[in-house]
Amino acid sequence: MTSNTLFLPRAASLPTWMTERSPVLAIVAILIVLWYLAAILMNAPLVRDAFERNETKYTASELIAGTLDAERPIVPAPHQVVMQLFDSVFDYPPDSPRSLVYHSWVTLSATLVGFAIGAVFGILLAVTIVHVRTLEKSLLPWVICSQMVPILAIAPIVIVVLGAIGIRGLLPKSIISAYLCFFPVTIGMVKGLSSPDPIQLDLMRTWSANKLQVFWKLRWPSSIPFLFTSLKVSATISLVGAIVGELPTGAQAGIGARLLTGSYYGQTVQIWAALFAAAIMAASLVALIGFVGRWTERRMGAPT
Amino acid sequence: MRPPENATGDDSAAAAPALTVDARDVSLTFHTRDGEVEALSNVTLQISDGDFVSFIGPSGCGKTTLLRIIADLQRPTAGTILINGVTPEQARLGRHYGYIFQAPALYPWRTIERNVALPLEIMGFDAQERRKRVERYLKLVNLSGFERKFPWQLSGGMQQRASIARALSFDPELLLMDEPFGALDEIVRDHLNEQLLRLWDQTGKTVVFVTHSIPEAVFLSSKIVVMSPRPGRIIDIIPCDFPRDRTLEIRETPEFIKIAQRVRSGLRSGHSYDE
Repeated sequence: MTSNTLFLPRAASLPTWMTERSPVLAIVAILIVLWYLAAILMNAPLVRDAFERNETKYTASELIAGTLDAERPIVPAPHQVVMQLFDSVFDYPPDSPRSLVYHSWVTLSATLVGFAIGAVFGILLAVTIVHVRTLEKSLLPWVICSQMVPILAIAPIVIVVLGAIGIRGLLPKSIISAYLCFFPVTIGMVKGLSSPDPIQLDLMRTWSANKLQVFWKLRWPSSIPFLFTSLKVSATISLVGAIVGELPTGAQAGIGARLLTGSYYGQTVQIWAALFAAAIMAASLVALIGFVGRWTERRMGAPT
Repeated sequence: MRPPENATGDDSAAAAPALTVDARDVSLTFHTRDGEVEALSNVTLQISDGDFVSFIGPSGCGKTTLLRIIADLQRPTAGTILINGVTPEQARLGRHYGYIFQAPALYPWRTIERNVALPLEIMGFDAQERRKRVERYLKLVNLSGFERKFPWQLSGGMQQRASIARALSFDPELLLMDEPFGALDEIVRDHLNEQLLRLWDQTGKTVVFVTHSIPEAVFLSSKIVVMSPRPGRIIDIIPCDFPRDRTLEIRETPEFIKIAQRVRSGLRSGHSYDE
């Protein structure tokens, strides 16, 4: 239909997927280079000491090679982390305690339960606050206070108290996770549920709609964009909560356990691999929520 | 659902034609941080069944406030007001009126048909009846074929027409319109004014219409209420007896110009420009 000239300039330049992603790729490349530099600089004294202890002569290239291949480096090189990640995912059956898949799942399951509890609780709290305006003044300060206490101090208390009444395993971790992640949902949803235009609320009044109808037909749909934004924040926080919850239990299983044993035995590569596993899980959760959010908003008529 | 007209036994209203709005000495004072603001002062006004009444006046004269009092979106601080013989609150709970705001205020996540159906859902009409009415009223405002569109896909004038269909959907006897065409350009506005007149003629509804356009008020109304600010009060009530099926051409007639002049002089006398 259209003339070919329209396509000429584009055909002459890079394919679109490259031009669109090139800033992203450039940043990734820069980060990897910086990481390698950091690994070389940070590990150099370590490697040099080792050479000197053995009284062997070494060249600069041997020194650099050594910094990128140390068994217990201060900063592991990117390829070491990737290989460790790869090995601990694929070299063991997923139910083996040496498999990162096993540990990731332990943490992820606690995260998901905690996230669900936190999100539901956060939404309910927001609904209450929006409908009983006096609570905004009396309840919200406590909600904010709850987030000022360091979670590292609260986590052992929760674990011990719940352990004393016989609740162990996944649930205490989920509760710590929920404790952290309800907050952004509450704040976001208080704003979202109060976001309808005064005219939209007046309309409801002219139709003498009851409170339930105002909620389900106006307040709730208005708050959906706020909901997904705050869920994205709270998903990453709930993962942090689950990992923190794994630390005081004596590090039996989970990403938290890998971090702890890694630091006991100086296994920096293992720590970094565990961190990357956590980052991958968090990014996947955020991406998933983003996808569901976009799908929902499209169904609710948002311009695409 | 609705009590008979003038069931309150108000003796003065019993003999007169049925009154849709009967306001006596209505005043409203806002308490603000800067002191008291008298938004309305001793407003007495009767609107008969089937009237098309315009409130005209500069901004701040309380015309919207008066409309909101009729709609029970605001309570007067003094005086009495009856809508179809009952209090505004009872009229609101009995769904006696449809309110059309300055902005269409369609719910953006609902398609046009579901927007029009919204009051029907709230009032508990069944699905079949809802479908029937949505079809009828979208046709009435010339929006057939746009049922599945979302509000952002329509122009401002079309959105406002959808909001009119929404207000009509539950067939209220009284339409309260707060500068509904204020944000639209003159061509669209003329067109919608004609459509509104035809609708008023066909349905026999009572319309209360807030505007600050003199030609709009004269063209549409059977009665023009001229108001002035500080405090908001009525300074003139002008009857306007053009035939119900009037067309835009009447704006060129001497009668039209005479009424417009009376409105203008009323506005001028009530407005002190030295403030």
